[in-house]
Amino acid sequence: MVKAREQSIAIRNAGLGYNGKAILDDVELEIAPGEIICLLGQNGAGKTTLFRTMLGFIAPLRGSVTLAGREVSRLSPREIARIVSYVPQSYAMPFAYSVTDVVLFGRSAHLRLFASPGSRDRRIAAECLDLLEISHLAARPFNELSGGERQMVVIARALAQEAQFMILDEPASNLDYGNQVRVIRKVRELAGRNIGILMATHHPDHAFMAASRVAVLSGGRLSHDGSPEAMLTPETLRSLYGVEVQVFDTPQNGHASRRVCAPVVE
Amino acid sequence: MKGVSLILVCLFALGGVSLLSLGIGRYPVSPLAMLSWLLTGQSADANLPVVLLNIRLPRLVAAIAAGGALSLSGAAYQGLFRNPMVSPDILGVSSGSGSGFGAALGILFSLPVVAVQALSLAGGITAVLSAVLVSRAIGRSSDSVLVLVLSGIVISSLFGALLSLLKYIADPLDKLPAITYWLMGSFADIRTGELGTAAAMVLAGAIPLLLVSWRLNVLSFGEEEARSLGLDTGRMRLAVILCATLVTASMISVCGIIGWVGLVVPHISRFLGGANHRRLMPVSFLCGAAFMVAVDTVARSAASVEIPVGIITAVLGAPFFIWIMKRSAVRAW
Repeated sequence: MVKAREQSIAIRNAGLGYNGKAILDDVELEIAPGEIICLLGQNGAGKTTLFRTMLGFIAPLRGSVTLAGREVSRLSPREIARIVSYVPQSYAMPFAYSVTDVVLFGRSAHLRLFASPGSRDRRIAAECLDLLEISHLAARPFNELSGGERQMVVIARALAQEAQFMILDEPASNLDYGNQVRVIRKVRELAGRNIGILMATHHPDHAFMAASRVAVLSGGRLSHDGSPEAMLTPETLRSLYGVEVQVFDTPQNGHASRRVCAPVVE
Repeated sequence: MKGVSLILVCLFALGGVSLLSLGIGRYPVSPLAMLSWLLTGQSADANLPVVLLNIRLPRLVAAIAAGGALSLSGAAYQGLFRNPMVSPDILGVSSGSGSGFGAALGILFSLPVVAVQALSLAGGITAVLSAVLVSRAIGRSSDSVLVLVLSGIVISSLFGALLSLLKYIADPLDKLPAITYWLMGSFADIRTGELGTAAAMVLAGAIPLLLVSWRLNVLSFGEEEARSLGLDTGRMRLAVILCATLVTASMISVCGIIGWVGLVVPHISRFLGGANHRRLMPVSFLCGAAFMVAVDTVARSAASVEIPVGIITAVLGAPFFIWIMKRSAVRAW
Protein backbone atom coordinates (compact mmCIF):
# COMPACT_ATOMS: atom_id res chain seq x y z
CA MET A 1 0.00 0.00 0.00
CA VAL A 2 2.75 2.43 0.91
CA LYS A 3 4.62 1.52 -2.22
CA ALA A 4 1.55 2.04 -4.39
CA ARG A 5 1.07 5.45 -2.84
CA GLU A 6 4.65 6.40 -3.59
CA GLN A 7 4.15 5.72 -7.24
CA SER A 8 0.93 7.64 -7.61
CA ILE A 9 -0.42 11.15 -7.71
CA ALA A 10 -2.54 11.59 -4.60
CA ILE A 11 -4.76 14.48 -3.58
CA ARG A 12 -6.07 14.13 -0.05
CA ASN A 13 -8.76 16.20 1.59
CA ALA A 14 -7.58 19.25 -0.32
CA GLY A 15 -9.00 22.73 -0.78
CA LEU A 16 -7.81 24.30 -4.03
CA GLY A 17 -8.05 27.90 -5.16
CA TYR A 18 -6.44 31.33 -5.32
CA ASN A 19 -5.75 34.04 -2.74
CA GLY A 20 -7.16 31.98 0.11
CA LYS A 21 -10.48 31.45 -1.66
CA ALA A 22 -11.28 27.82 -2.40
CA ILE A 23 -12.75 26.99 -5.80
CA LEU A 24 -12.72 23.26 -5.10
CA ASP A 25 -13.07 21.69 -1.68
CA ASP A 26 -12.67 18.25 -0.10
CA VAL A 27 -10.89 16.97 -3.21
CA GLU A 28 -9.87 13.33 -3.11
CA LEU A 29 -8.16 11.86 -6.15
CA GLU A 30 -5.57 9.20 -6.75
CA ILE A 31 -4.00 8.36 -10.10
CA ALA A 32 -1.95 5.20 -10.47
CA PRO A 33 0.42 4.41 -13.34
CA GLY A 34 -1.34 2.81 -16.30
CA GLU A 35 -4.85 4.06 -15.62
CA ILE A 36 -6.83 6.70 -17.50
CA ILE A 37 -9.04 9.03 -15.53
CA CYS A 38 -11.41 11.18 -17.54
CA LEU A 39 -12.34 14.47 -15.95
CA LEU A 40 -15.73 15.83 -16.91
CA GLY A 41 -17.36 19.07 -15.92
CA GLN A 42 -18.63 22.33 -17.30
CA ASN A 43 -16.34 25.21 -18.16
CA GLY A 44 -15.44 27.11 -15.00
CA ALA A 45 -16.04 24.08 -12.77
CA GLY A 46 -12.45 24.23 -11.51
CA LYS A 47 -10.62 22.00 -13.99
CA THR A 48 -7.86 24.53 -14.56
CA THR A 49 -7.46 25.09 -10.81
CA LEU A 50 -7.05 21.33 -10.31
CA PHE A 51 -4.45 21.08 -13.11
CA ARG A 52 -2.52 24.13 -11.95
CA THR A 53 -2.32 22.71 -8.45
CA MET A 54 -1.15 19.30 -9.64
CA LEU A 55 1.55 20.97 -11.78
CA GLY A 56 2.76 23.03 -8.81
CA PHE A 57 1.77 26.46 -10.22
CA ILE A 58 -0.39 27.17 -7.17
CA ALA A 59 -0.21 25.65 -3.70
CA PRO A 60 -3.20 23.83 -2.20
CA LEU A 61 -5.00 25.89 0.46
CA ARG A 62 -5.63 22.84 2.62
CA GLY A 63 -4.83 19.17 2.58
CA SER A 64 -2.06 17.50 0.65
CA VAL A 65 -1.12 17.01 -2.99
CA THR A 66 1.66 14.49 -3.46
CA LEU A 67 3.50 13.45 -6.59
CA ALA A 68 5.23 10.10 -6.23
CA GLY A 69 5.00 10.42 -2.45
CA ARG A 70 6.41 13.95 -2.21
CA GLU A 71 4.47 17.09 -1.41
CA VAL A 72 4.16 19.10 -4.65
CA SER A 73 4.92 22.44 -2.99
CA ARG A 74 8.36 21.14 -2.00
CA LEU A 75 9.32 20.09 -5.50
CA SER A 76 11.15 22.30 -8.01
CA PRO A 77 9.63 22.80 -11.50
CA ARG A 78 12.33 20.49 -12.80
CA GLU A 79 11.43 17.71 -10.35
CA ILE A 80 7.71 18.11 -11.06
CA ALA A 81 8.32 17.93 -14.81
CA ARG A 82 10.09 14.61 -14.37
CA ILE A 83 7.03 13.14 -12.63
CA VAL A 84 4.14 14.66 -14.55
CA SER A 85 3.93 16.07 -18.07
CA TYR A 86 1.28 18.41 -19.39
CA VAL A 87 -0.47 18.65 -22.75
CA PRO A 88 -2.18 22.04 -23.01
CA GLN A 89 -4.98 22.84 -25.41
CA SER A 90 -3.76 23.52 -28.93
CA TYR A 91 -2.46 26.98 -29.66
CA ALA A 92 -0.27 28.89 -32.08
CA MET A 93 3.44 29.58 -31.56
CA PRO A 94 5.04 32.98 -32.18
CA PHE A 95 8.09 31.39 -33.78
CA ALA A 96 8.39 28.71 -36.45
CA TYR A 97 10.16 25.92 -34.58
CA SER A 98 10.49 22.60 -36.34
CA VAL A 99 8.51 19.61 -35.05
CA THR A 100 11.74 17.91 -33.92
CA ASP A 101 12.72 21.02 -31.95
CA VAL A 102 9.31 21.17 -30.26
CA VAL A 103 9.57 17.53 -29.18
CA LEU A 104 13.14 18.10 -27.96
CA PHE A 105 11.86 20.92 -25.70
CA GLY A 106 10.25 18.09 -23.73
CA ARG A 107 13.77 17.08 -22.68
CA SER A 108 14.35 20.32 -20.71
CA ALA A 109 13.79 18.72 -17.32
CA HIS A 110 16.53 16.18 -18.04
CA LEU A 111 19.14 18.71 -19.20
CA ARG A 112 21.50 20.82 -17.14
CA LEU A 113 21.08 24.61 -17.20
CA PHE A 114 23.56 25.43 -19.95
CA ALA A 115 23.14 22.19 -21.90
CA SER A 116 21.32 21.59 -25.14
CA PRO A 117 19.96 18.22 -26.30
CA GLY A 118 22.48 15.52 -27.19
CA SER A 119 22.29 12.37 -29.26
CA ARG A 120 20.42 10.46 -26.55
CA ASP A 121 17.75 13.18 -26.39
CA ARG A 122 17.46 13.17 -30.17
CA ARG A 123 16.97 9.42 -30.12
CA ILE A 124 14.24 9.71 -27.48
CA ALA A 125 12.51 12.46 -29.48
CA ALA A 126 12.63 10.31 -32.62
CA GLU A 127 11.15 7.37 -30.70
CA CYS A 128 8.32 9.56 -29.39
CA LEU A 129 7.53 10.80 -32.91
CA ASP A 130 7.60 7.19 -34.10
CA LEU A 131 5.28 6.01 -31.32
CA LEU A 132 2.71 8.64 -32.28
CA GLU A 133 3.18 7.80 -35.97
CA ILE A 134 4.20 11.31 -36.93
CA SER A 135 7.85 10.74 -37.89
CA HIS A 136 7.09 12.09 -41.36
CA LEU A 137 6.40 15.51 -39.80
CA ALA A 138 9.81 15.75 -38.09
CA ALA A 139 11.29 18.51 -40.27
CA ARG A 140 8.08 20.51 -40.79
CA PRO A 141 7.51 23.87 -39.07
CA PHE A 142 5.12 23.33 -36.15
CA ASN A 143 3.06 26.38 -37.10
CA GLU A 144 2.15 25.01 -40.49
CA LEU A 145 0.62 21.77 -39.16
CA SER A 146 -3.09 21.01 -38.91
CA GLY A 147 -4.79 20.99 -35.50
CA GLY A 148 -4.71 17.20 -35.24
CA GLU A 149 -1.02 17.04 -36.18
CA ARG A 150 -0.14 19.74 -33.65
CA GLN A 151 -1.96 17.87 -30.91
CA MET A 152 0.04 14.72 -31.70
CA VAL A 153 3.29 16.72 -31.65
CA VAL A 154 2.50 18.23 -28.25
CA ILE A 155 1.65 14.74 -26.92
CA ALA A 156 5.00 13.55 -28.30
CA ARG A 157 6.69 16.42 -26.48
CA ALA A 158 5.03 15.40 -23.21
CA LEU A 159 6.06 11.80 -23.85
CA ALA A 160 9.68 12.90 -24.34
CA GLN A 161 9.58 14.19 -20.76
CA GLU A 162 9.62 10.52 -19.69
CA ALA A 163 7.27 11.29 -16.83
CA GLN A 164 5.18 8.62 -15.14
CA PHE A 165 2.03 10.73 -15.41
CA MET A 166 0.45 12.88 -18.09
CA ILE A 167 -2.24 15.53 -17.77
CA LEU A 168 -4.12 16.32 -20.97
CA ASP A 169 -6.38 19.36 -21.23
CA GLU A 170 -9.16 18.50 -23.67
CA PRO A 171 -6.79 16.89 -26.15
CA ALA A 172 -9.58 16.01 -28.56
CA SER A 173 -11.48 19.27 -28.59
CA ASN A 174 -11.17 21.37 -31.74
CA LEU A 175 -10.29 18.24 -33.71
CA ASP A 176 -12.31 16.62 -36.46
CA TYR A 177 -13.94 13.27 -35.75
CA GLY A 178 -11.19 11.05 -37.17
CA ASN A 179 -8.46 12.90 -35.27
CA GLN A 180 -10.48 12.70 -32.05
CA VAL A 181 -10.56 8.93 -32.34
CA ARG A 182 -6.85 8.85 -33.22
CA VAL A 183 -5.96 10.89 -30.14
CA ILE A 184 -8.09 8.64 -27.88
CA ARG A 185 -6.40 5.55 -29.35
CA LYS A 186 -2.95 7.00 -28.67
CA VAL A 187 -3.93 7.92 -25.12
CA ARG A 188 -4.95 4.28 -24.55
CA GLU A 189 -1.62 3.14 -25.96
CA LEU A 190 0.26 5.43 -23.57
CA ALA A 191 -1.67 3.98 -20.62
CA GLY A 192 -0.62 0.57 -21.92
CA ARG A 193 2.96 1.75 -21.41
CA ASN A 194 2.18 2.23 -17.73
CA ILE A 195 1.70 6.01 -17.88
CA GLY A 196 -1.00 7.32 -15.56
CA ILE A 197 -3.29 9.72 -17.40
CA LEU A 198 -5.69 12.44 -16.31
CA MET A 199 -7.63 13.72 -19.30
CA ALA A 200 -10.18 16.49 -19.32
CA THR A 201 -12.88 16.11 -21.92
CA HIS A 202 -16.30 17.47 -22.80
CA HIS A 203 -17.41 14.26 -24.47
CA PRO A 204 -18.78 11.47 -22.27
CA ASP A 205 -18.15 9.12 -25.21
CA HIS A 206 -14.41 9.73 -24.83
CA ALA A 207 -14.72 8.45 -21.29
CA PHE A 208 -16.52 5.31 -22.49
CA MET A 209 -13.82 4.78 -25.12
CA ALA A 210 -10.76 5.31 -22.95
CA ALA A 211 -11.33 5.75 -19.27
CA SER A 212 -10.71 3.29 -16.53
CA ARG A 213 -12.34 5.77 -14.17
CA VAL A 214 -14.35 8.97 -14.39
CA ALA A 215 -14.26 11.99 -12.11
CA VAL A 216 -16.89 14.70 -12.35
CA LEU A 217 -16.36 18.31 -11.32
CA SER A 218 -19.44 20.27 -10.37
CA GLY A 219 -20.54 22.67 -7.69
CA GLY A 220 -17.03 23.06 -6.31
CA ARG A 221 -16.69 19.32 -5.62
CA LEU A 222 -14.98 16.46 -7.34
CA SER A 223 -17.59 13.73 -7.15
CA HIS A 224 -16.15 10.46 -6.22
CA ASP A 225 -14.67 8.64 -9.08
CA GLY A 226 -15.84 5.28 -10.36
CA SER A 227 -16.03 3.34 -13.58
CA PRO A 228 -17.48 5.18 -16.60
CA GLU A 229 -20.44 2.79 -16.59
CA ALA A 230 -21.22 3.52 -12.95
CA MET A 231 -20.62 7.26 -13.19
CA LEU A 232 -22.09 8.23 -16.52
CA THR A 233 -25.75 7.41 -16.19
CA PRO A 234 -28.47 9.37 -17.99
CA GLU A 235 -29.20 11.06 -14.63
CA THR A 236 -25.68 12.35 -14.03
CA LEU A 237 -25.33 13.43 -17.66
CA ARG A 238 -28.58 15.37 -17.38
CA SER A 239 -27.45 17.12 -14.22
CA LEU A 240 -24.01 17.79 -15.71
CA TYR A 241 -25.00 19.10 -19.14
CA GLY A 242 -28.69 19.92 -18.68
CA VAL A 243 -29.82 17.78 -21.63
CA GLU A 244 -31.43 14.36 -21.96
CA VAL A 245 -28.90 11.69 -22.94
CA GLN A 246 -29.57 8.01 -23.52
CA VAL A 247 -26.83 5.51 -22.80
CA PHE A 248 -26.66 2.25 -24.77
CA ASP A 249 -24.56 -0.86 -24.83
CA THR A 250 -23.27 -1.57 -28.27
CA PRO A 251 -21.48 -4.64 -29.56
CA GLN A 252 -18.18 -3.82 -31.24
CA ASN A 253 -16.67 -6.24 -33.74
CA GLY A 254 -17.62 -9.27 -31.74
CA HIS A 255 -15.75 -8.02 -28.66
CA ALA A 256 -17.33 -7.16 -25.36
CA SER A 257 -19.82 -4.37 -25.68
CA ARG A 258 -19.04 -0.71 -25.06
CA ARG A 259 -21.36 2.04 -23.93
CA VAL A 260 -22.21 4.98 -26.14
CA CYS A 261 -24.14 8.17 -25.56
CA ALA A 262 -27.02 9.30 -27.69
CA PRO A 263 -28.41 12.72 -26.87
CA VAL A 264 -32.17 13.06 -27.27
CA VAL A 265 -32.91 15.77 -29.82
CA GLU A 266 -36.64 15.41 -30.41
CA MET B 1 21.82 25.97 -43.70
CA LYS B 2 23.12 23.94 -40.76
CA GLY B 3 24.17 25.71 -37.59
CA VAL B 4 27.94 25.55 -37.65
CA SER B 5 28.36 26.36 -41.33
CA LEU B 6 25.96 29.29 -41.08
CA ILE B 7 27.91 30.70 -38.13
CA LEU B 8 31.15 30.31 -40.11
CA VAL B 9 29.63 32.16 -43.06
CA CYS B 10 28.52 34.97 -40.72
CA LEU B 11 32.00 35.14 -39.17
CA PHE B 12 33.52 35.32 -42.63
CA ALA B 13 31.11 38.09 -43.64
CA LEU B 14 31.93 40.04 -40.48
CA GLY B 15 35.66 39.65 -41.20
CA GLY B 16 35.19 40.88 -44.76
CA VAL B 17 33.13 43.90 -43.78
CA SER B 18 35.64 44.74 -41.06
CA LEU B 19 38.62 44.69 -43.44
CA LEU B 20 36.72 46.87 -45.91
CA SER B 21 35.80 49.26 -43.14
CA LEU B 22 39.42 49.53 -42.00
CA GLY B 23 40.48 50.50 -45.50
CA ILE B 24 37.75 53.05 -46.22
CA GLY B 25 37.88 56.60 -44.92
CA ARG B 26 39.34 60.07 -45.23
CA TYR B 27 42.78 58.50 -45.33
CA PRO B 28 42.33 55.51 -47.69
CA VAL B 29 44.39 52.43 -46.98
CA SER B 30 44.70 49.91 -49.78
CA PRO B 31 43.97 46.30 -48.87
CA LEU B 32 47.44 45.30 -50.07
CA ALA B 33 49.20 47.87 -47.87
CA MET B 34 47.08 46.74 -44.92
CA LEU B 35 47.84 43.09 -45.56
CA SER B 36 51.57 43.63 -45.90
CA TRP B 37 51.60 45.66 -42.69
CA LEU B 38 49.61 42.96 -40.88
CA LEU B 39 51.93 40.19 -42.10
CA THR B 40 55.32 41.87 -41.87
CA GLY B 41 54.67 44.45 -39.19
CA GLN B 42 56.30 47.06 -41.40
CA SER B 43 54.80 49.71 -43.59
CA ALA B 44 56.18 52.12 -46.15
CA ASP B 45 53.61 54.64 -44.98
CA ALA B 46 54.35 55.71 -41.40
CA ASN B 47 50.81 57.04 -40.94
CA LEU B 48 49.17 53.73 -41.72
CA PRO B 49 49.66 52.01 -38.32
CA VAL B 50 48.54 55.19 -36.53
CA VAL B 51 45.36 55.53 -38.56
CA LEU B 52 44.51 51.86 -38.23
CA LEU B 53 45.43 51.24 -34.60
CA ASN B 54 44.46 54.52 -32.96
CA ILE B 55 41.50 55.64 -35.02
CA ARG B 56 39.83 52.92 -37.03
CA LEU B 57 40.40 49.83 -34.92
CA PRO B 58 38.76 51.16 -31.70
CA ARG B 59 35.84 52.34 -33.78
CA LEU B 60 35.57 48.99 -35.49
CA VAL B 61 35.61 47.16 -32.17
CA ALA B 62 32.96 49.52 -30.80
CA ALA B 63 30.71 48.98 -33.82
CA ILE B 64 31.10 45.20 -33.56
CA ALA B 65 30.35 45.23 -29.85
CA ALA B 66 27.37 47.60 -30.15
CA GLY B 67 25.77 45.90 -33.16
CA GLY B 68 26.29 42.47 -31.65
CA ALA B 69 25.07 43.53 -28.21
CA LEU B 70 21.90 45.23 -29.44
CA SER B 71 21.00 42.36 -31.76
CA LEU B 72 21.74 39.64 -29.22
CA SER B 73 19.62 41.28 -26.53
CA GLY B 74 16.92 41.99 -29.12
CA ALA B 75 16.76 38.29 -29.99
CA ALA B 76 16.67 37.40 -26.29
CA TYR B 77 13.85 39.87 -25.58
CA GLN B 78 11.83 38.67 -28.56
CA GLY B 79 12.04 35.10 -27.28
CA LEU B 80 11.32 36.13 -23.71
CA PHE B 81 8.26 38.19 -24.57
CA ARG B 82 7.11 35.69 -27.21
CA ASN B 83 6.77 38.59 -29.56
CA PRO B 84 8.87 39.17 -32.65
CA MET B 85 8.02 42.87 -32.60
CA VAL B 86 9.80 43.81 -29.37
CA SER B 87 13.30 45.24 -29.14
CA PRO B 88 15.76 46.02 -26.36
CA ASP B 89 13.99 49.30 -25.58
CA ILE B 90 10.84 47.47 -24.47
CA LEU B 91 11.75 47.82 -20.78
CA GLY B 92 13.07 51.34 -21.07
CA VAL B 93 16.79 50.73 -21.25
CA SER B 94 17.29 52.85 -24.33
CA SER B 95 15.02 54.86 -26.59
CA GLY B 96 16.02 58.03 -24.81
CA SER B 97 14.57 57.01 -21.48
CA GLY B 98 16.76 55.51 -18.76
CA SER B 99 20.14 55.74 -20.45
CA GLY B 100 19.35 59.07 -22.09
CA PHE B 101 18.23 60.59 -18.83
CA GLY B 102 21.43 59.45 -17.10
CA ALA B 103 23.64 60.81 -19.86
CA ALA B 104 21.74 64.11 -20.02
CA LEU B 105 22.17 64.51 -16.28
CA GLY B 106 25.91 64.03 -16.65
CA ILE B 107 26.16 66.47 -19.57
CA LEU B 108 24.05 69.05 -17.76
CA PHE B 109 26.44 69.14 -14.82
CA SER B 110 29.49 69.18 -17.12
CA LEU B 111 30.77 65.92 -15.69
CA PRO B 112 33.72 64.15 -17.33
CA VAL B 113 32.99 61.66 -20.11
CA VAL B 114 33.51 58.64 -17.87
CA ALA B 115 30.93 59.94 -15.39
CA VAL B 116 28.42 60.61 -18.20
CA GLN B 117 28.82 57.00 -19.29
CA ALA B 118 28.52 55.67 -15.76
CA LEU B 119 25.34 57.70 -15.22
CA SER B 120 23.92 56.48 -18.51
CA LEU B 121 24.62 52.86 -17.56
CA ALA B 122 23.08 53.41 -14.13
CA GLY B 123 20.05 55.11 -15.72
CA GLY B 124 19.48 52.24 -18.13
CA ILE B 125 19.76 49.59 -15.44
CA THR B 126 17.57 51.59 -13.04
CA ALA B 127 14.84 51.91 -15.68
CA VAL B 128 14.76 48.15 -16.29
CA LEU B 129 14.90 47.24 -12.60
CA SER B 130 12.07 49.70 -11.87
CA ALA B 131 9.96 48.08 -14.59
CA VAL B 132 10.65 44.62 -13.11
CA LEU B 133 9.86 45.81 -9.56
CA VAL B 134 6.65 47.55 -10.64
CA SER B 135 5.46 44.39 -12.40
CA ARG B 136 6.30 42.33 -9.30
CA ALA B 137 4.37 44.72 -7.09
CA ILE B 138 1.32 44.55 -9.35
CA GLY B 139 1.24 40.79 -8.91
CA ARG B 140 2.14 37.57 -10.53
CA SER B 141 -1.28 35.98 -10.75
CA SER B 142 -2.28 37.60 -14.03
CA ASP B 143 -0.41 37.54 -17.34
CA SER B 144 3.03 38.45 -16.05
CA VAL B 145 4.62 39.14 -19.44
CA LEU B 146 1.94 41.65 -20.36
CA VAL B 147 2.26 43.35 -16.96
CA LEU B 148 6.02 43.53 -17.46
CA VAL B 149 5.68 45.15 -20.89
CA LEU B 150 3.15 47.68 -19.62
CA SER B 151 5.39 48.48 -16.64
CA GLY B 152 8.23 49.04 -19.10
CA ILE B 153 6.12 51.50 -21.09
CA VAL B 154 5.18 53.38 -17.93
CA ILE B 155 8.79 53.61 -16.74
CA SER B 156 9.97 54.62 -20.23
CA SER B 157 7.56 57.48 -20.48
CA LEU B 158 8.41 58.61 -16.96
CA PHE B 159 12.13 58.74 -17.75
CA GLY B 160 11.28 60.30 -21.11
CA ALA B 161 9.46 63.13 -19.32
CA LEU B 162 12.39 63.65 -16.95
CA LEU B 163 14.73 63.74 -19.94
CA SER B 164 12.55 66.43 -21.54
CA LEU B 165 12.76 68.41 -18.33
CA LEU B 166 16.57 68.24 -18.40
CA LYS B 167 16.61 69.34 -22.04
CA TYR B 168 14.25 72.19 -21.22
CA ILE B 169 16.47 73.59 -18.49
CA ALA B 170 19.72 72.87 -20.34
CA ASP B 171 21.76 75.77 -21.77
CA PRO B 172 20.53 75.95 -25.40
CA LEU B 173 23.89 77.13 -26.74
CA ASP B 174 26.06 74.49 -25.26
CA LYS B 175 24.47 71.71 -23.18
CA LEU B 176 21.30 71.13 -25.22
CA PRO B 177 23.19 70.37 -28.46
CA ALA B 178 25.49 68.02 -26.55
CA ILE B 179 22.51 66.10 -25.13
CA THR B 180 20.83 66.00 -28.54
CA TYR B 181 23.96 64.69 -30.26
CA TRP B 182 24.42 62.09 -27.55
CA LEU B 183 20.86 60.86 -28.11
CA MET B 184 21.56 60.40 -31.83
CA GLY B 185 24.30 57.87 -31.18
CA SER B 186 27.76 57.87 -32.71
CA PHE B 187 31.05 56.02 -32.60
CA ALA B 188 33.06 59.18 -33.31
CA ASP B 189 34.22 59.75 -29.74
CA ILE B 190 35.19 56.20 -28.87
CA ARG B 191 38.34 55.95 -26.77
CA THR B 192 40.22 52.74 -26.22
CA GLY B 193 40.08 52.83 -22.41
CA GLU B 194 36.32 53.18 -22.06
CA LEU B 195 35.80 50.69 -24.83
CA GLY B 196 37.64 48.00 -22.87
CA THR B 197 35.32 48.33 -19.89
CA ALA B 198 32.18 48.37 -22.04
CA ALA B 199 33.33 45.39 -24.12
CA ALA B 200 34.07 43.44 -20.94
CA MET B 201 30.54 44.12 -19.69
CA VAL B 202 29.10 43.08 -23.04
CA LEU B 203 30.97 39.79 -22.76
CA ALA B 204 29.85 39.32 -19.15
CA GLY B 205 26.21 39.56 -20.26
CA ALA B 206 26.50 37.91 -23.67
CA ILE B 207 28.16 34.68 -22.55
CA PRO B 208 25.37 33.61 -20.16
CA LEU B 209 22.79 34.61 -22.79
CA LEU B 210 24.48 32.40 -25.38
CA LEU B 211 24.76 29.56 -22.87
CA VAL B 212 21.05 29.53 -21.99
CA SER B 213 19.95 30.12 -25.58
CA TRP B 214 18.41 26.66 -25.93
CA ARG B 215 16.26 27.25 -22.84
CA LEU B 216 15.05 30.55 -24.34
CA ASN B 217 13.15 28.40 -26.84
CA VAL B 218 11.27 26.73 -24.02
CA LEU B 219 10.66 30.07 -22.33
CA SER B 220 9.06 31.37 -25.53
CA PHE B 221 6.20 28.90 -25.00
CA GLY B 222 4.92 31.13 -22.22
CA GLU B 223 5.02 31.07 -18.45
CA GLU B 224 2.98 28.01 -17.52
CA GLU B 225 3.95 25.78 -20.39
CA ALA B 226 7.65 26.46 -19.84
CA ARG B 227 7.19 25.67 -16.17
CA SER B 228 5.40 22.44 -16.91
CA LEU B 229 8.41 21.52 -19.07
CA GLY B 230 10.64 21.95 -16.01
CA LEU B 231 11.93 25.54 -16.23
CA ASP B 232 12.15 27.81 -13.21
CA THR B 233 10.56 30.56 -15.29
CA GLY B 234 10.68 33.40 -12.76
CA ARG B 235 14.39 33.10 -12.11
CA MET B 236 15.21 32.40 -15.73
CA ARG B 237 13.31 35.43 -16.97
CA LEU B 238 15.00 37.70 -14.44
CA ALA B 239 18.43 36.36 -15.42
CA VAL B 240 17.77 36.94 -19.13
CA ILE B 241 16.49 40.48 -18.49
CA LEU B 242 19.53 41.35 -16.35
CA CYS B 243 22.03 39.98 -18.89
CA ALA B 244 20.29 41.65 -21.84
CA THR B 245 20.16 44.92 -19.93
CA LEU B 246 23.84 44.78 -19.01
CA VAL B 247 24.76 44.08 -22.63
CA THR B 248 22.61 46.87 -24.07
CA ALA B 249 23.14 49.54 -21.43
CA SER B 250 26.92 49.16 -21.37
CA MET B 251 27.18 49.76 -25.12
CA ILE B 252 24.62 52.56 -25.17
CA SER B 253 26.56 54.30 -22.41
CA VAL B 254 29.61 54.70 -24.68
CA CYS B 255 28.03 55.21 -28.09
CA GLY B 256 24.66 56.79 -27.38
CA ILE B 257 21.28 55.60 -28.52
CA ILE B 258 21.15 53.50 -31.66
CA GLY B 259 17.66 52.25 -32.42
CA TRP B 260 16.20 49.65 -34.74
CA VAL B 261 19.19 47.30 -34.84
CA GLY B 262 17.89 45.15 -31.98
CA LEU B 263 14.52 44.87 -33.65
CA VAL B 264 15.48 44.28 -37.26
CA VAL B 265 18.63 42.13 -37.10
CA PRO B 266 17.04 39.22 -35.18
CA HIS B 267 14.46 39.04 -37.96
CA ILE B 268 17.08 38.81 -40.68
CA SER B 269 18.87 36.19 -38.58
CA ARG B 270 15.69 34.16 -38.11
CA PHE B 271 15.21 34.31 -41.87
CA LEU B 272 18.76 33.01 -42.37
CA GLY B 273 19.00 30.36 -39.69
CA GLY B 274 15.53 29.54 -38.38
CA ALA B 275 13.75 30.22 -35.11
CA ASN B 276 15.75 27.96 -32.77
CA HIS B 277 17.46 30.38 -30.36
CA ARG B 278 20.50 28.18 -30.06
CA ARG B 279 21.40 29.18 -33.61
CA LEU B 280 19.52 32.47 -33.66
CA MET B 281 21.48 34.06 -30.80
CA PRO B 282 25.03 33.67 -32.21
CA VAL B 283 23.82 34.45 -35.74
CA SER B 284 22.10 37.61 -34.45
CA PHE B 285 25.28 38.72 -32.70
CA LEU B 286 27.42 38.27 -35.83
CA CYS B 287 24.88 39.75 -38.25
CA GLY B 288 24.30 42.71 -35.94
CA ALA B 289 28.04 43.31 -35.69
CA ALA B 290 28.52 43.14 -39.48
CA PHE B 291 25.51 45.39 -40.06
CA MET B 292 26.76 47.99 -37.58
CA VAL B 293 30.26 48.02 -39.05
CA ALA B 294 28.78 48.61 -42.50
CA VAL B 295 26.46 51.36 -41.25
CA ASP B 296 29.24 53.07 -39.32
CA THR B 297 31.51 52.99 -42.37
CA VAL B 298 28.78 54.73 -44.35
CA ALA B 299 28.21 57.16 -41.48
CA ARG B 300 31.80 58.36 -41.42
CA SER B 301 32.62 58.30 -45.14
CA ALA B 302 29.45 58.97 -47.16
CA ALA B 303 29.28 62.73 -46.62
CA SER B 304 31.79 65.44 -45.82
CA VAL B 305 30.26 65.67 -42.33
CA GLU B 306 29.79 62.57 -40.23
CA ILE B 307 26.18 61.38 -40.11
CA PRO B 308 25.00 60.13 -36.68
CA VAL B 309 24.74 56.35 -36.85
CA GLY B 310 21.34 56.28 -35.17
CA ILE B 311 19.87 58.28 -38.05
CA ILE B 312 21.05 55.79 -40.64
CA THR B 313 19.78 52.78 -38.69
CA ALA B 314 16.38 54.43 -38.34
CA VAL B 315 16.20 55.32 -42.04
CA LEU B 316 17.03 51.71 -42.93
CA GLY B 317 15.03 50.14 -40.10
CA ALA B 318 11.66 51.84 -40.49
CA PRO B 319 10.86 50.64 -44.02
CA PHE B 320 12.22 47.21 -43.19
CA PHE B 321 9.93 47.01 -40.19
CA ILE B 322 6.93 47.86 -42.37
CA TRP B 323 7.94 45.02 -44.67
CA ILE B 324 8.19 42.66 -41.66
CA MET B 325 4.72 43.62 -40.49
CA LYS B 326 3.30 43.01 -43.94
CA ARG B 327 5.01 39.64 -44.10
CA SER B 328 3.83 38.70 -40.60
CA ALA B 329 0.25 38.98 -41.78
CA VAL B 330 0.98 36.13 -44.17
CA ARG B 331 3.05 33.61 -42.24
CA ALA B 332 4.61 32.83 -38.88
CA TRP B 333 8.19 33.58 -37.95
